[in-house]
Amino acid sequence: MKSAVVLLPGLNRDRDMIAALTKIGGQAPATVWQTDTEIPDVDLIVIPGGFSYGDYLRCGAIAARMPVMRAVAEKAAKGVMVMGVCNGFQILLEAGLLPGALMRNASLNFVCREVKLEVANANTAFTRGYTPGQIIRCPVAHHDGNFFADAETLARIEGESQVVFRYADGTNPNGSLNDIAGVISDGGNVLGLMPHPENLIEAAHGGTDGRALFEGLLGKAA
Amino acid sequence: MIKARVTVTLKNGVLDPQGKAIEGALSALDFSGVGSVRQGKVFDIEVEGSDREAAEADIKAMCEKLLANTVIENYQVEIG
Repeated sequence: MKSAVVLLPGLNRDRDMIAALTKIGGQAPATVWQTDTEIPDVDLIVIPGGFSYGDYLRCGAIAARMPVMRAVAEKAAKGVMVMGVCNGFQILLEAGLLPGALMRNASLNFVCREVKLEVANANTAFTRGYTPGQIIRCPVAHHDGNFFADAETLARIEGESQVVFRYADGTNPNGSLNDIAGVISDGGNVLGLMPHPENLIEAAHGGTDGRALFEGLLGKAA
Repeated sequence: MIKARVTVTLKNGVLDPQGKAIEGALSALDFSGVGSVRQGKVFDIEVEGSDREAAEADIKAMCEKLLANTVIENYQVEIG
């Protein structure tokens, strides 16, 4: 599977994401810069985490208006898979490619810790490496991960199983409604999540619970 | 030159953790009777030209496209 990673000034998890895609997918992803108006012919586009544009205005707001995001939206409309992690999730929401918004953490603190995640929907291209309801470990590191959507939107995404990951066992670190940690588009090809599966893929990370996401996604599910 | 002020506020029903923290800090400073605090943003924008209606329409478009996230925020435009 061919993949591409979007690069923007202020992102800092791009190298971790490129390493995960390379180690598990067997080939290095292409990289596209914020001003690029075309994205190579790939099956998966990933927007990594960090602090694009210093989180000015709102997290992800400026990045979402860069030319490369128009190209991402066009690819998404054609069914290409798109995944945004952390700031990447914020950017996808600001770009209108996913429902809802991410607000300042309820505690007002930056949280950097490990949480438990429930795989709330294992029937997606991104989560097929997991079993339904599986609880996994995953690190989070963010200041604005408090998922919000109006009541109507929330009911819709819950009803359509668009909530893919939920904080489990009381580990919600940010006050997200319904413990939501990750959502998928109604078309099933755009996923955003706050936790960092790319940081739990080898024993040296202290665990490998993030591997199954990449293995399922990259077609290497056991 | 037209001067405009845009005020962006959170919609009713959207939790505002920062406003809540400010509320708490105000009561810690012994300001009693503060019902609630909601934090927002103010943008002062200068637009070239003298057509106030066109400027207002432009600034509203700026709000829709960038200055406000209309999932969670409302905006108000005042032309000076």
